[in-house]
Amino acid sequence: MADLSFENDRLIRYREDDPVDHGAVTVDSFLDQSSASAVRVEPGDDARELIPHLERLALVEVNFPSFGDGRGYSSARLLREAGYEGELRAVGDVLVDQVAYMRRCGFDAFDPDAPIEESDLEAALSRWPEVYQSAADPTTPIWNKRHG
Amino acid sequence: MRILTGNDLKSGAVTWWTGSDWSLHVEDAVDVSGCEDETARREEASRRVNVPYAIDAELHDGKPRPAHIKDRVRALGPTVRPDLTLKPADPDIGNWVI
Amino acid sequence: MYLYDQYDQAMVDARVEEFRDQARRRLEGKLTEAQFTPLRLKNGLYLQLHAYMLRVAVPYGTLNSRQMHALADIADKYDRGYGHFTTRQNIQYNWIKLEEAADILADLAKVEMHAIQTSGNCIRNISSDHFAGAAKDELVDPRPYAELLRQWSSFHPEFNALPRKFKIAVIASDTDRAAMRLHDIGIHIVEHGGELGAAFYVGGGMGRTPMIAPCIKEFVPLYQLVTYTEACLRVYNREGRRDNKYKARIKILVHEMGAEAYTKAVDAEFEHMLGQGIEPPFAELERIRTFFQDPPFEEDANGEIDRSDPDFALWVDRNTVSHKTEGYASAVISLKPVGGIPGDATSDQMRLMADLAKAYSFDELRVMHTQNIVLPHVRKADLHTLWTALEEAGLGSPNLDTVEDIIACPGLDYCSLANARSIPVAQKISERFSASGKTEALGQLKLKISGCINACGHHHAGHIGILGVDRKGVENYQLLLGGSEAEDVSLAKITGPGFDEAGIVDAVETAADVYLREREDGERFLDTYRRIGMNPFKEALYG
Repeated sequence: MADLSFENDRLIRYREDDPVDHGAVTVDSFLDQSSASAVRVEPGDDARELIPHLERLALVEVNFPSFGDGRGYSSARLLREAGYEGELRAVGDVLVDQVAYMRRCGFDAFDPDAPIEESDLEAALSRWPEVYQSAADPTTPIWNKRHG
Repeated sequence: MRILTGNDLKSGAVTWWTGSDWSLHVEDAVDVSGCEDETARREEASRRVNVPYAIDAELHDGKPRPAHIKDRVRALGPTVRPDLTLKPADPDIGNWVI
Repeated sequence: MYLYDQYDQAMVDARVEEFRDQARRRLEGKLTEAQFTPLRLKNGLYLQLHAYMLRVAVPYGTLNSRQMHALADIADKYDRGYGHFTTRQNIQYNWIKLEEAADILADLAKVEMHAIQTSGNCIRNISSDHFAGAAKDELVDPRPYAELLRQWSSFHPEFNALPRKFKIAVIASDTDRAAMRLHDIGIHIVEHGGELGAAFYVGGGMGRTPMIAPCIKEFVPLYQLVTYTEACLRVYNREGRRDNKYKARIKILVHEMGAEAYTKAVDAEFEHMLGQGIEPPFAELERIRTFFQDPPFEEDANGEIDRSDPDFALWVDRNTVSHKTEGYASAVISLKPVGGIPGDATSDQMRLMADLAKAYSFDELRVMHTQNIVLPHVRKADLHTLWTALEEAGLGSPNLDTVEDIIACPGLDYCSLANARSIPVAQKISERFSASGKTEALGQLKLKISGCINACGHHHAGHIGILGVDRKGVENYQLLLGGSEAEDVSLAKITGPGFDEAGIVDAVETAADVYLREREDGERFLDTYRRIGMNPFKEALYG
């Protein structure tokens, strides 16, 4: 939790670097042109299209228009699996009960529509003592711990 | 007539709006025509009821009887376990539901 | 059977506290019902017609006596003295209070049980063969693979908001006792050239658009089982439809893409994932397997059964199944007494079943998807004592796989989705056939009743299926014929216009009579239907 910083009422970042100072563009406009270094991935976008351009990206926002639409979890993991190391920010209908899953999928920033209370956030992120499976985070899964 | 129903947030029990409170008994329900949305919103906000909604009902022996079988089952309890319904001693209650 | 280590226990304990916190926030108004609903569903908590309902996971249907005792205690302490065993090999309680739900989860955690992912748009409890580890015809015990997938799917971060629910079944014999091809993923453990692997069937299901899963991969090596499953899920999570709840299951995706294109997408994802190191160490599978070793069977157990009591002999013939070990049998405890509620058991009955399992079945019980209970490993010499105890408790109905062994969902008596009641129809049918004495003559006749199109009562897979619908506010029942959930899987077809409650009971008897008239030697109802087709039944039903 040491690297947690609340940038404003809503933005939560787990990164040391400064946030990108300009807005994110759509995947289409990013691919078309653009010197933009920030892009917003919508649920229906194919995050794999960004993979050839990862070096020029500093911020990928993944939008969750509704908390029940889980495509953004796959988008995040795909980008981390492809080696993306910039900021990966979940935006939209981001609720405290999802942030632990989001962290595991590689998100390191959250910009929720409704602010998340710091105490609830801490409780949610310190809830799980272990993880069963591999994801985009470095946590060692239970089954690897069992077998050294 | 229109009557308002929902479930108690804590216990989940089926409840009916009496005009001032929530009752387990559909006989206590009052007509909410004209104020159903407002009452539902206010009561849900105060968490006295969970997911309230208004339904059609008719008077039956002077008491409200929900128009749809689903709400009559809700009002009574499972027809296959009369012992667990609100009227375990009434042998004719099945006719009220069906 | 599988036992938790400190890791499994810590995860289940954490889940209890997470839910306690979520329920508190709901009761305090910090969460709306819309926000809370998916959270409570992932802990198996529904809001049904009369109260909250809690569905408790019974992973791959396996229980020990201590767990069954705990389920009985929960029924008494928090519910109304009974529980309902479901077609997902789980148990559910109908009269739960939100303010007590976390306490129930805590009681469950004490006996290594939980309600994790028993509902919601996530990977559900993994089901399996109820005779696993006992069946004569199995290649291996399928449960270690189900347990591995249980762990992998528990709190999977990427798949916690899928387009819809996701059900996986694992079997390891050519006889399918788990409706494997009617699951989102059906896994069949097979052997090729001396090596074990998994055949993947993807995109089956019942519901409003029933489909039989095609085989998309004939052999996945066991050391890639989790990776391949994950690839199947990722393609579904990314590509599955989210615009229409009724088209959001993976069966629609596989159907719309075509099995070949879906497989190609999965294979590409799988190739990519092989480089991500997500597969568990193979030693984990080996560790899990050690929990599923055979119990210490007696080598020279007496295989003779004294059949001098005809009632006992009938029960042995109907409700026991041959076991892989000489001198043993698997005994099915019917939860289908004539006129009873299919799948319901009182707390006292649960305790008795637990004690009998401890005394006679190496402490193991299984929940069947047909809503009965199995004692998998009973010495034949103990069968009479077992049967006597079951008879005294009303659990000795000799009706496995007969027309009285009806699968029925809770229907409109309990379920908020239902359109018609299922249980009264089941009660009247079992009473009718028991009274007419035709049950014996009809032999195997699988009858399955759903109270709505969601098909929790598996009506598509019934030799005879019944679907309850709402016709202008009145319960109406459609009759279906010719379904099977087994290795000869098929989907039942509707006969024609529906019937009222009395009419559907008559209609079932009419269909049964057509079979009795038309059957040839050795044919089951299903075989006769397949040979003669729908028309003779239609003529008898609608004249």
